[in-house]
Order: sequence, then C-alpha cells, then structure tokens
Amino acid sequence: MDLMVIDIWLIIEKLALVAIVVSISLLIAMYSTYAERKVAAYLQDRRGPNRAGPFGILQPLADGGKLFFKEEIIPLTSSKFLFVLGPALAMITALMTSAVIPWGGTLNWFERNISLQIADINIGVLYIFGVISLSVYGIMIGGWASNNKFSLLAGIRGASQMISYELAMGLTLIALLMLTGSLKMSVIVEQQINGPWNIVYQPLGFLVFFICALAETNRTPFDLPEAENELNFGYHQEYSSMKLGFYLFAEYIAMFISSAIMATLYFGGYDIPFVNESSLSASIGHNLVTILGGFALLLKVSFFLFVFIWIRWTIPRFRYDQLMNLGWKKLIPLALFNMVITAVVILLLDK
Amino acid sequence: MTIIQILFWLLSALVLLSAIMVVINRHPVYSVIWLIITFFGISGHYILLNAQFLAVVNIIVYAGAIMVLFLFVIMLMNLNKDMEPQKSKWLKLVGAIACGCLLLVLIAALKDIDINNQIAETNTGNIGLIENLGTVLFTKYVIPFEISSILFLSAMIGAVVIGKKD
Repeated sequence: MDLMVIDIWLIIEKLALVAIVVSISLLIAMYSTYAERKVAAYLQDRRGPNRAGPFGILQPLADGGKLFFKEEIIPLTSSKFLFVLGPALAMITALMTSAVIPWGGTLNWFERNISLQIADINIGVLYIFGVISLSVYGIMIGGWASNNKFSLLAGIRGASQMISYELAMGLTLIALLMLTGSLKMSVIVEQQINGPWNIVYQPLGFLVFFICALAETNRTPFDLPEAENELNFGYHQEYSSMKLGFYLFAEYIAMFISSAIMATLYFGGYDIPFVNESSLSASIGHNLVTILGGFALLLKVSFFLFVFIWIRWTIPRFRYDQLMNLGWKKLIPLALFNMVITAVVILLLDK
Repeated sequence: MTIIQILFWLLSALVLLSAIMVVINRHPVYSVIWLIITFFGISGHYILLNAQFLAVVNIIVYAGAIMVLFLFVIMLMNLNKDMEPQKSKWLKLVGAIACGCLLLVLIAALKDIDINNQIAETNTGNIGLIENLGTVLFTKYVIPFEISSILFLSAMIGAVVIGKKD
C-alpha cells in the first residue's frame, strides 16, 4: 500500500473519464435549455429562438455569455460565504451522481480494458440516493443566505418537497433492489442486457420513481420553490450573473443525470434494444459495440429529457397542499404496495 | 507514511477541527454546516475501514435528513447571533465542570482497553460490505434488529399522534 504502487495510468484514465463525463453533461444541459425553448415554442405554436446561428443553434452560448458578463451583486445583508456556497453546492451535487453511472461497456485500447464507468462501487444505488439527499442544501443555504423572506420561504418549500419525495423514491428503489439483488450499477445493467429490462417487472415502481424524479429536480408540476407568481423568483431571487446561471444550469444537469439514472435502472442502460451484443461484437468489433451502446444510452436519456420538457409545458403547477398530499398519501402507499407485491412474487417464485 | 495513514490523519484533523467549530461558532446555521462537515469526515473514516454501507447510510441519514431538519428549525425560528442569550458566569463554570466530569469518566473507561490486539482492518475487512452486513443482521442478530425496528415504529406513531391537531 505504498504511494508508488498506484497504477499511474489508472489515475490518468479516470481523470480523463471524469473530464469527458462532466463536459458531456454540461454540453447536454446547455442544449437541453435550447430544446426546452424549441419544444415550448412548438407546443405554443411559436418559432422559438432562431436568430443566433442556423435554427438558433448558438442560442445557449449567447445566453451563457450574457450571464457571464452581467454585473455580480451580493446583497449587503446576506451571509457572504453561504451566499456563494449555495450555487456551488447545487452544481456539485448535480454533477456528483454521474460518477457511478455506467456510460458504456469497456473499451479495448493499447491492451487496457477501459471501463466507461468512473467508479464501480459496491453501493452504487445508495451513493446516488445519498447525493440526492444532499442536493437539498444548495437550495436551502442559498435561500437562507439571501436574507429575503421570499427566498427563505422558497428554500424551505424546496427542502420539504425534496425530503417528502425522497421517501417514495427510496421505497421504489427497494423493490428494484429486491429484483436485482445487487447495488452495483454495472451488475444491474449486466442483468438487463442478458434478460428483459427492469421496466417489464416494475412498471408501477418506474411510474413512482419518475414522479419523484420530477419533484427532486424541481420541474413542473413540482416547481413550487420557484413559483414566480407566489414568490417572485423563489430561492434565487437575489442572485445575479453566473451565480444565477449556476442555479438554473444545475436544474438542467440534474434533469440529465436523473434521466440517465432512470435509463440505467429501468431501461437497460447501455443495452442496445433487440440486438444481441456478443454476436454483434464478433462481427463489428468490441470497441464499436461499446460506443454504439453509449449512444443508445444517450438516446434513451434524450427521450426522457424530452418527456421532462413536454410535461413542463403541458401540466400546471400543483398547490402546496396538493403536493404534500400526493407525496405522503398517494405515492408512499403506492410505493409500499409495489414493494410488498414484489417481495411476495419473488418469494413465491423462489419456492 | 502510506496513503492510508495520510488519509487517516487528514480526516481526523478535519473531524476534530469541524467538531470544535460546531461548539465555538456563535451562529447556529454555521454550526449546523460544520456538523455536516464532521459527518462527512466520519464517513471518510468508515470508507477507510471498508465499511461502505455504514459510510453512505451515515451520509443519507445524518447529513441528508437529520441535518436538513436542524436547518429547517433554525431557519424557521430565525435564530441568529444577536438573539443568543448571554449566560451568566456561574452557569458557564458549572457547565465546564460537568463536561470535565464526563471527560474523566470517558478517559477512565478507555484507559483499561487493550488496544494492541484491536488492529483496524483497513481495506481488507469485509464485514462492512452490504452483503455481509445484511446476512449478519438477518440471521445472527435478527431479534435485536426486529426489536429496534418496532421501537422506531412506535416512535413514528407517537410523533404522528403528537403532531395531530385536535
């Protein structure tokens, strides 16, 4: 266990992978803002952004540039350190989950087997859950540090909403874990490549998980922390410039990552549907299949991103009491029911 | 020094520093944030002992849920530096003596422990992994486990009963 024994190539490989995954997440988050505006425009019979570049394709860059060059204001009565910490935490917790998602199989380069997963830890699913439970702090600390009644109210709303929906989410995950018997993300994907996807066994669980994912990422119909007609702008009212940008951006990254989690847990991860991977890799080579698998995962993710956006422009926002009723009195019993049914079926089939 | 030793000392320093900051910070919100950092340091120690499940559960339960509730209460009551009551000198003295007594008891209890035969298994111990922990909890220690779960259930029902209006 000396310092010298560490495989230096492994570190370089992992650092490169981290850089690639983070930049891809940022890129996709950037273009999901564009997609959001285009889909919204389509649903409302408008054209959407179409000035910057062909089809407005440079619009996210223009938005980012605008946010960067705006004046940075830190309110005089705020807690300065926490005020800066808030958006930083929101961004970090949004990105941290990407570490355990398997983005593809393995690549064979220079006689090394490079896994496209940053960390294949024993407790993969629980790690995701832990990071999700930490994502409350970005909103709460930012909302409180602004020293503004509206921001504080929004921060507390956001925190209570996230805590409530985390419970139902955890219960659906228990049912899924009973099925897979492992917390490792790579094992869960491996099982789905060899057998049917988990959605076949867990349709109800997926539904509850999806609703909870909407609530955890503060998307409509659960965007109460930023309900502008009740709370001005919500928890990021006092924020300007790139700090506001980070809050808005963290939402899109969280959307991307939670889509990736849903695709991995319920829709086969990097499994290419209706294709036998091993026979395909015999004909076109192992590396190509891995890359195709990565694109399959990204396609599934894009579909979920589209559904997120579609829901946002279709369904109106819940009232606060409706939100709590749905979370505690409908989703949690439903998730419990799903868990019990799954357990009973697994027990019966085992015997 | 091996890398595990370096990590151990770094984490220990972090935990001690942040634990002290929890106590001496005058602002309750900052205290809570230092306490969260303490929990992270302790989780780091668990990971060094290869107790991954314990580490992540520590973060989910303490840093992710209980500390959020702490922050909730502090933010809702709007506690801050100016509102903290100044305690009298005698009260401080009594507190110091009481804590000193506790420290004495702890030292006396720890003095006779045989540390030489209790070497921590870093990176090799497997009991902290979720499969082994689950097997032990549901076979060898199933009765204490179930009894404590009943305790939790009754506490939950009690909280609901107290929380109900009427």
